[in-house]
Order: sequence, then C-alpha cells, then structure tokens
Amino acid sequence: MITRRNLLVGTGATLLVGTGATLLAGCDSFTDNPALLSAEDAHLFLQRSITGRAALARQFRPEQRSPIFRVNGTANPNTPEYNALAANRFADWRLRVDGLVTRPLSLSLAQIQSLPQRAQITRHDCVEGWSAIGKWQGPRLETVLQLAGIRDTARYIVFHCADRFGGTPYYESIDLIDAFHPQTLLAWTLNDAYLSVGHGAPLRLRVERQLGYKQAKYIMRIEAVASLAAVGAGKGGYWEDSNGYEWYAGI
Amino acid sequence: MQTAMEPIPEPRIERRTVYRHRLFTRLWHWINALAILILIPSGLMIFNAHPRLYWGHYGANFDHAWLELPRFPGWATIPSHYSLAGARHWHLFFALVLGFGLLAYLIVGLINRHIQRDLRIRTRDLAPRALWTDLKAHLALRFHDPHDPRAYNIFQKLSYAGVIFVLIPLLIASGLAISPGMWPWLADLFGGRQSARSVHFIAMAGMTLFLVVHLTLVILAGPINEVRAMITGRWRAPEEDHS
Repeated sequence: MITRRNLLVGTGATLLVGTGATLLAGCDSFTDNPALLSAEDAHLFLQRSITGRAALARQFRPEQRSPIFRVNGTANPNTPEYNALAANRFADWRLRVDGLVTRPLSLSLAQIQSLPQRAQITRHDCVEGWSAIGKWQGPRLETVLQLAGIRDTARYIVFHCADRFGGTPYYESIDLIDAFHPQTLLAWTLNDAYLSVGHGAPLRLRVERQLGYKQAKYIMRIEAVASLAAVGAGKGGYWEDSNGYEWYAGI
Repeated sequence: MQTAMEPIPEPRIERRTVYRHRLFTRLWHWINALAILILIPSGLMIFNAHPRLYWGHYGANFDHAWLELPRFPGWATIPSHYSLAGARHWHLFFALVLGFGLLAYLIVGLINRHIQRDLRIRTRDLAPRALWTDLKAHLALRFHDPHDPRAYNIFQKLSYAGVIFVLIPLLIASGLAISPGMWPWLADLFGGRQSARSVHFIAMAGMTLFLVVHLTLVILAGPINEVRAMITGRWRAPEEDHS
C-alpha cells in the first residue's frame, strides 16, 4: 500500500504541515482581533450563569495552606511617599473612598481593623498557572461601600494603588457583583500576621473567584465609577491596558 | 463481518466509491481539527509562563514540582513570541469552539445514530484473537474489512471513541477546573487545581500523540482518498491489490 504516489503525497502533506506552521506565525498578527477578544464576555456570561453570582470560592483548612506564600508583582513600591508611610507603620496612611458615593470616606488602618471582620483560607491563582493557599482577614468590601453609601449610578469599583509600573500607578477594577460578593475582602493580614510589604501592606483586595492580577495590593483609594472608559486607557486595569489581559479573570 | 476464527479472505479486485462521512461529521472534524491545532500551541505558550507542574491544591516556585520542562520554542507556540495575554486570547476563544463543538457533535451524533452505528465497540471485537487479527492486518497496512470497507476497524473505534468520549471531555473538564471562577468541586474532582493543571497537560500530550498517529495512518492509508473522503464524504474503497 506504500506506493511511490502515496510517498510523494505524504511528502507533500509534510510540506503542507510545514507551511501551516509558517501560517501559524501569521496568527501573531491576529492575536488582538475583536472576534478572539469576544470570548471574554462569553466566559463571564457562561460562568456566572452556571455557577451563580454569589457562589463561594473553595475554602481550605489551616493545614492545607502553602508552606511559603510567594510574593509576585511589585515586591516593594519603594516610592518616597510609600516609604514614609511604611516607616511609620502606616499610622499616617488613609484609605480614601470616593467617586459615586454619598459620604466620601478617609479611613485609618485602625478604623478598618475595627469594622466587622471576615477571615478565610483561600487559593490564590496566578494567571501564569501557579497557586498558593493562605489565610486572609479584613472587612468585607461591601461593609466599606455601604459606609460610604454607593450611588445607584455606580457600576464598577476601581482600586488605585501605591505601586508603580513604569511610572504608572497600579490600578484594577471589579463590577458590583464581585464587589458585594461575601468573600471579597479588604485584607490587612496574611496568615495571621500584618501584610508584609511584599504582599501589599497595608491593605490589599481579595476577590476570590478571579486571578492574581485582580488582587490589587497597596490600596490607597477606592473609587466608585459608572464606566471604566475614563480609568487608565479604558480597559479597567493596569495589565488589561498595558498587556491585553482579560478584565474578567475568572478563567 | 469477519470473525476471529476465519482467515483473512482473498482480496477481491474491485474499486467502488462509497459515501463514507456525513456532512455534519465532516464539518465537526475540520472545526475540531482547527480548534485543537490552535489550542495545543497556545496552551504550550501558557505553560511557558510557569513551566512547572504540581499535584494537589497549591503549587508554586517553592513547592515540589513533579515535572519541570524548558520553555517550548517559538515554532511550537501561538503567538510565536512570548505573550501570555495573546496566548490566552487564542486559547480561551478556541476552548469555546472545542467545548460547544463536542456538545453539538454528541447531540447530532446520537440523533442521527452515527455514534451508535459507527463507533459502537462490541465485546467480540475486543477478544484477544480479534485484536491480534486486526493488529496483523494493520501491520500489513490493510485497514479495512473488504466485506464492509465503510466500517471502522477496532483500533479506529477505540482511538476515536477514546478521543471523543475520554480525552476531549477530560481536556474540557480539567481546563475548566483550573479556572478560579468555576465550581470548586470540579477542581476537587481532580484532587485540586494544580492536579487539574497536570491532568490538562497530560491529556494534551495524549491528544498530540493521537494527532501524530492519526496523521501517519492517513498518509499510509492513502492521503488523497482519505482527505477527499473527509472533505466531500466520498471515499474509494481499497483496490485490495496489496500483495
């Protein structure tokens, strides 16, 4: 059955595969095509439809935690302003809550610690593929938003951070479904200790059903907005604007 | 149907064209082929972002990895230059194509009885003698039962059924289990998110192996006839002149 004809055709097929590989390189120019990017909305819709908006992320037992919770992203903002705050153990740090709220707030770390607290042992999933499990504690974001009195026109919550990437302060955003989710915290401890500088001291976001780049560290300001168009370049987060990561990071 | 005890019948000199693959089967084949040819290279690029695999719920740089590989080269990845964001665009789009494509195939295949008729594996096909006879026929590059050339041989059935009912569903389930927004029980089913990620990688390796064997056999069986059958549906039954 291996005839010369078949061998020739086989060789031709191999050449075709080679040409295909070259064409795959042509895929590169198609990477930011709107058709491909539409998958993000599809996944957001599908995941929320089948899991439910208030579904909880997996919680773990204390002995299931990672022995070492690695630091990722910014290890130290290292700006003069941040260093001054850190030198004073964040006694002068204030969390501003503003935008579309009826009562703009300026909260000290002590005030945040005196709010009703929630602790949870959850898994941090990096977009790169690794995971680490740790215990987080802090008030629910919902508690702070209700103190500030969020307006009906607000649709997204934006987090403005102290760390800088190439001169741009880090920022991230989530919608109100995730903002009011019971596991969404403003965490000030990791594994029962104050957040280290590497993990985002004094305050970071935990939005447990999304990937690591959504878990904004070094939060300075929380802003309620109606649209993400005026935030950064309009896609809702530093990595979304600069690298094309999906705004919805549930997958 | 040839049974295990009969010798392989004398080949008959005969050329006839049969209608082998229905339109929906052909459509699904090519859409699925495209999806897999994009999902594997874009998945390798995602793997390149952290080329270590773990078992259990967690796993990062300080934890024990059961497999650590060098990064895959640019010719094997989409995009060809390092871009985790770009690879995710490709991977997450074609994951939907793969998932809903399989769903449509299963529904249509059960309704038009393609699955029951062409992929059903009978116990007698799995008897050692039957497998041995079929293996010998394979080694002699005779892939079709002369009495029923339309039918898939048992190795075809086993590999197609394995891909359609085991490998692709496993790839979809383990891929979803990696997603932080999915049902937590799905990751637990695999023994944790990092186990699901390992299973996803192993299943990808199985799919790549299938792809290599599948393409090799298409070339050995006569690529023009086989590819034409998958494009037009019409397939020329073997001439049976392989002495």
